[in-house]
Amino acid sequence: MATEATEIRGVGHSVKRKEDDRFIRGKGTYVDDVKLPGMLHMAILRSPFAHARIRSIDTSKAGALPGVIAVVTGELMAQHKLAWMPTISADTQAVLATDKVRFQGQEVAAVVAEDPYIAKDALELIEVDYEPLEAVVTPQRALEAGAPVIRDDKEDQKDNHIFHWESGDKEATDKAFAQADLTVSLDTFYPRSHPAPLETCGCVADLNPATGQATIWMTSQAPHAIRTVFALVAGLPEENIRIISPDIGGGFGNKVPVYPGYVVATAASLLLGRPVKWIEERSENLISTGFARDFYMKGELALKRDGTMLGLRASLLADEGAFHADAQPSKLKVGLFHIVTGSYDFPAAHVVADGAYTNKAPGGVAYRCSFRVTEASYLIERLVQNAAYELGMDPADLRLKNFIKPDQFPYRSATGFVYDSGDYHRAAKLAMEKLGYDELRKEQERARDEGKLLGVGMASFTEIVGAGPSADYDILGLKMNDGAELRIHPTGKAILKLSVQTQGQGHETTFAQIVAEELGIQPEDVKVMHGDTDNTPYGLGTYASRSTPVSGAATAMVSRKVREKATKIAAHLLEVAEEDVQFEKGRFFVKGAPDRAKTIQDVAFAAYTNFPAGTEAGLEGVHYYDPPNLTFPFGTYLVAVEVDPDTGEWNVRRVVAVDDCGVRINPMIVEGQLHGGLTEGFGIAKMQLITFDEAGNCIGSNFMDYLLPTAWETPRFELGETVTPSPHHPIGAKGVGESATVGSPAAFVNAVIDALAHLGVRNIDMPLTSSKVWEAIQQSSAGAPAG
Amino acid sequence: MLPARFDYQRPETLEEALFLLDRYGEDGKILAGGQSLIPLMKLRFASPAYLVDINRIPGLGDIKESGGKLVLGALARHNEIADSDVITARYPLVASAAPQISDPIVRNLGTVGGSLSHADPAGDWGSVMLALGAEVVVRSSSGDRTLVIDDFLRDTFTTDLRPNELLVEVRVPAPSPHSGGAYLKLERKVGDFATVGVAVQLALNDGHVATAGIGLTAVGPKNLRARDAEESLAGAEPGDAAFAKAARLAAAAAQPQSDVRGSADYKRHVVEVFVRRGLARANQMAKA
Repeated sequence: MATEATEIRGVGHSVKRKEDDRFIRGKGTYVDDVKLPGMLHMAILRSPFAHARIRSIDTSKAGALPGVIAVVTGELMAQHKLAWMPTISADTQAVLATDKVRFQGQEVAAVVAEDPYIAKDALELIEVDYEPLEAVVTPQRALEAGAPVIRDDKEDQKDNHIFHWESGDKEATDKAFAQADLTVSLDTFYPRSHPAPLETCGCVADLNPATGQATIWMTSQAPHAIRTVFALVAGLPEENIRIISPDIGGGFGNKVPVYPGYVVATAASLLLGRPVKWIEERSENLISTGFARDFYMKGELALKRDGTMLGLRASLLADEGAFHADAQPSKLKVGLFHIVTGSYDFPAAHVVADGAYTNKAPGGVAYRCSFRVTEASYLIERLVQNAAYELGMDPADLRLKNFIKPDQFPYRSATGFVYDSGDYHRAAKLAMEKLGYDELRKEQERARDEGKLLGVGMASFTEIVGAGPSADYDILGLKMNDGAELRIHPTGKAILKLSVQTQGQGHETTFAQIVAEELGIQPEDVKVMHGDTDNTPYGLGTYASRSTPVSGAATAMVSRKVREKATKIAAHLLEVAEEDVQFEKGRFFVKGAPDRAKTIQDVAFAAYTNFPAGTEAGLEGVHYYDPPNLTFPFGTYLVAVEVDPDTGEWNVRRVVAVDDCGVRINPMIVEGQLHGGLTEGFGIAKMQLITFDEAGNCIGSNFMDYLLPTAWETPRFELGETVTPSPHHPIGAKGVGESATVGSPAAFVNAVIDALAHLGVRNIDMPLTSSKVWEAIQQSSAGAPAG
Repeated sequence: MLPARFDYQRPETLEEALFLLDRYGEDGKILAGGQSLIPLMKLRFASPAYLVDINRIPGLGDIKESGGKLVLGALARHNEIADSDVITARYPLVASAAPQISDPIVRNLGTVGGSLSHADPAGDWGSVMLALGAEVVVRSSSGDRTLVIDDFLRDTFTTDLRPNELLVEVRVPAPSPHSGGAYLKLERKVGDFATVGVAVQLALNDGHVATAGIGLTAVGPKNLRARDAEESLAGAEPGDAAFAKAARLAAAAAQPQSDVRGSADYKRHVVEVFVRRGLARANQMAKA
């Protein structure tokens, strides 16, 4: 059983992903692969109108179609008190509309049939009599006096205003602005985008009328939280609810909420006593499930003439759609947006936010983003770049001058966060060096002389992930802690059970590496389980880059607990006192006599065969981790672009991305995450948009209109790293899944703006289509500075 | 993405296909590459009762030169056209357009005949064939008709095809010795329909423009011929002045609409830029 001197592939090793074997062979199990005996199929009828009163619904023809088992309407759901459900933001959302439809694509009725084609055919036979109402498609219009009240279902709701929220110190900020030599402002819109996971949402609900057991396969990022919500909403006993989240084909925040389809399928299965499958079509996913962003933002910087930043004001108006269903910690109305001071040492800052109902799909989810940090990072990085133009400074110099300095950490920000660690200068300088920043600036000068447009965009973002400490972070009262359970079998192989749920992040590999690091069991000998609420410890799930900071920490801690017991057993085997046993890389040895050793495998066997008297058999443990603070990954992204002045087309010449996510568990997986995030950031900056016409019709309801970048147009990425460990995380890791989506959009946009800055262009709202870029050039050349 | 119920037939001969088209009439629909029809059916924007799959009919996808013309069989796939030696050597406009159509997956299956019969104003082949002065041959059980492309493409998603007719081949006149052509396309990403596309074909004779063909994509109810621009070039001295004038006339002929791809003004402007660039490129080829 001796492992000899084999290298333990723990933290820092680019171990190949254990899960890829089954994915590459087509042997994964996604929710649509679940097929149960007697299973029925459900399809949902959706509203063609953005805002309309429902006069009547006639389901008789649909119900008469052979193969149709049931037609479900809001009226039927209401009889079971399930026509409405709570949202994650403590609002209510219609499950099936009873009074009005409030966005195009809203769920109106459902058909349950013997096969999915019949269900779909039957939808066309349902007759709904609508009385169209004026659609409210912008939050600005929503807040005007006389705008139609969207949520007339709520007794106390007399207008479309949802919340007002502030952070920071207004008085101190006003004082800073009064003392400023210069103020710079930016109005910009971060448009609505969609996570668009390649696997759409869906479930198979199987409620056994005889046993009362409810087993629901669901493509969910947060199966445990979903189980509790189902218990609370449907009144089902929680011990009888089992949520199984199988392999997930991408989540990106889209698979955190509970959607009406899940509730209807579950209710249908309960009423019919047969399993019911519901799988969204692509368009249904894009028009009705959790969107992201949709923030109208204004930022103002107060500066001294030498570039010193004195204060920051940020105000924003959030378009929340028809139901306030943002996925975020309960106490925070715009998530972590108040991280908007970013990487800079601001003495004062003040944030004001308002949210409004509109006739659009609800569910502002954090699309590959930790609760609105993406919008915040975009605003500050765009604003700083523009401030440099007004000061006549190089944008990199302005950043370097104002970065929080390494000796200021832990750093308390003007809005109250305590940044754990960072060295922003080091990351920025490394990125500039890799790009050849100074040389490119010279080339830019020469290009301008020749009438060519070359731009360099910079973004030095600070991420904020790993929510979060129980004192401040909860969702619907559930503390945002996560667990890990570890069992070592007699042969020295282990099973690790997680509360978080991978959607492509590689948990089955990286979490095994954490165990390998702590216990010396090779990652291939650690089986990682997740997604089944009956068989894993409780936790709030995977989103907001929180798996490594929270469940990863729990994994390290439980490994250490197990190691403590293993040390006792090793002492027993080595016949020395526990204090005389030392552990290193999978070996327990006698201090001063490294040859007298037992491997973790020897110890594991002894835990079941030869354990000391008075000790329990077995070698296992469980740990729930309550993070003492959030973690703050950071980095600098640099993008160089060329813009065609005749057509406004822009092409990326270089992308340099230097990330510091603390200790990297699996560098290959980290780089894969960065490539994915940079691609998504590029897509958002250049081509992606969920927009609506005046009547509230969603434009962007399929992949012909909502564009995902492919390998063809995605630029090449040059990555770099610095490592500043988190001081409070057990292995110094910070989380990285979202850094690149958070940081990169501003870098791409800044690059295009930089190419046009000498023409007076200061803003173009995303996506930067060639049409918008050309129009900005036209307006600037005509003498009226755009933006 | 579940289509409505339909019946499917896969004839082995052209005669059998034409027989089925006669029988099904308005209820039948021809399935060639399926790159437009199948998505439309999955979205239930189209629900034909019968599909007639012509993919197994032998010889319908041949690419050859015959009688001074390039003959493209209706089933010739975009990628087969892009890879054809005869096209690469002698038909630069066709060779330049084929690899710009959609993405590699669509090009592997999509066909020239299907694309022209679909008559999407954002389709690329219509403009190319207008610029080249191509003809199409359509066949039914009662015989053939040959139409110039201008008469074939009637309106948005509308051709001169009758329900029982099948487009069987496209005939492109062989270019004269001193000629050149190019297709310029602006798209938001690979696989997207054109924001604007411009097809340009130029033939010189004795240092002057003999003939010019200009087709415009995605800036009108159908692929448009920029007739005034073509006429302004006939007999002109090739060069910046003539090309700029033609480009302005082509832009004036465009009928773009504002949408998420760009404003109408922008699209009109891009037509002008692309016609100018395309003519310059074609002129260089023609002079070489």
